[in-house]
Amino acid sequence: MLYSEKVMDHFKNPRNVGEMQDADGIGEVGNAKCGDIMRMYIKVDKDTQIITDVKFMTFGCGSAIATSSIATEMIKGQPISKALELSNKAVVEALGGLPTHKIHCSVLAEEAVKAAVKDYYDKNGIKYDEKCYAKGSCPCAHEFDHKGE
Amino acid sequence: MIYLDNAGTSKVSDKVFKAMEPFFKEIYGNASSLHSLGQIAKEHLECAREKVAKCINADKDEIYFTSGGSESDNWAIASIAKYGALKNKKHIITSQIEHHAVLHALDELKKQGFEITYLPVYENGIIKTEDLKNAIKKDTVAVTIMFANNEIGTIQPVKEIGEICHQNGVIFHTDAVQAIGHIPVDVKEMNIDMLSMSGHKFHSPKGVGALYCKKSIPLFNYIYGGAQEKNRRAGTENLPGIVGMAVGLEDAINEMPEVSKREKTLRDKLFEELSKIPHSKINGDKINRLPNNFNMCFEGIEGESLLLLLNEEGICASSGSACTSGSLDPSHVLLALGLAHEVAHGSLRLTLSKYTTEEEIDKTIDAVKKVVEYLRKISPVWDELQKGVRKYAL
Repeated sequence: MLYSEKVMDHFKNPRNVGEMQDADGIGEVGNAKCGDIMRMYIKVDKDTQIITDVKFMTFGCGSAIATSSIATEMIKGQPISKALELSNKAVVEALGGLPTHKIHCSVLAEEAVKAAVKDYYDKNGIKYDEKCYAKGSCPCAHEFDHKGE
Repeated sequence: MIYLDNAGTSKVSDKVFKAMEPFFKEIYGNASSLHSLGQIAKEHLECAREKVAKCINADKDEIYFTSGGSESDNWAIASIAKYGALKNKKHIITSQIEHHAVLHALDELKKQGFEITYLPVYENGIIKTEDLKNAIKKDTVAVTIMFANNEIGTIQPVKEIGEICHQNGVIFHTDAVQAIGHIPVDVKEMNIDMLSMSGHKFHSPKGVGALYCKKSIPLFNYIYGGAQEKNRRAGTENLPGIVGMAVGLEDAINEMPEVSKREKTLRDKLFEELSKIPHSKINGDKINRLPNNFNMCFEGIEGESLLLLLNEEGICASSGSACTSGSLDPSHVLLALGLAHEVAHGSLRLTLSKYTTEEEIDKTIDAVKKVVEYLRKISPVWDELQKGVRKYAL
């Protein structure tokens, strides 16, 4: 099999999938041209700064859906500062590994979480360290201009 | 399990399997040996060659057995290149939608100073003969254009291509791996100089194929080390495979009228039913197309997840998405049709065989509808399309 049992489980039975109408922060990363887009919604308790709910929507391959699914599980109920520490490596480990050419999906999951947090910070006028959100190039390494879509 | 990936490979038929059996433990002689077991093997080898030749209206000594379609393509192109280099003709014409066995072999020739022209295919996935006429130059040594495409099943105007080649003194090679055994092929009537075929696409075993090369066309050695295949391709012949392929091809041709009619009826049912899915598109010409080939794009979803979920439903299918092509880009064939990257990622190929039943097709129709609907429900691309943030391409 191409994917581990854990990946297949999250792909077939994705956790926290769907739209969130009253999200406090929304992040969308990836590009349809490359075949992956992830959108992450977070609900944040303003007093405790804890992520009380997470939802995602993903266009992409099996591992793109699985990485988004497990990422939602990893940050749900966590303080927002903890969500910012989520690394793609942790996502890969939690899934019991990913094929090498699918590692970029875990990078997208990390970026999607960070983009949602950044959106929440922006909306609430909360200051943050810009470096946390250094906009990396799309991990798909395409030559075409991603902005030209 | 519902197997709809017959353009990938097909099941060996009972008849072929039976025909091969004696060649493992009874008639196992080396066809090059002088003893009786070797000579019996030789007789069967030549009988198989005659059968294969007859199936495409070639002569017996124009058939060279190989390990399959990729080797046949590589050999034909390597031989053409040698001839071209000798004649100082270093221009080859091909199409944008060839199999990688042709495209990558040509990439190698570019490094040796060859110039390659890639004819465009249009929205229907078929080249225009006018483009071919315009592309031929004084130093054009050969044209290599596939008979029928492996992804979208479109059939090229092979006879006209051959005619144009011959009017211009250019060698015509065709990769007929997907066509042989599925639609009529006649090398004489269709002006074909060289042709590649592969056994496992018509219920014969993997690892065996053939290259047809017309007598008047020079064919250079490909594998050194023995006198097999008229000194041109060394290596003890894969007799069980060769016999299996000959029987499988004969069968495929005898059954073709009936099988292709049945496949076409079932395939057209797939097209009709799955075209009802909104924002979908049939890829490639609907008429000039292999009878067993279905290929469609569904906007807003990605092919690999579609395949994995169909697999969960017990359906073996294929896609041209980047994830399934093993590269970063979706299939070069779908892009050549002018499809946008994001649409090409959402393709589905279903290829039928004589074993496909109507019940299987009905189940597949329901499963595809269900899976596409589910994937769209969780797709942010589909969400944006629905909300008007993004424009529909289909």
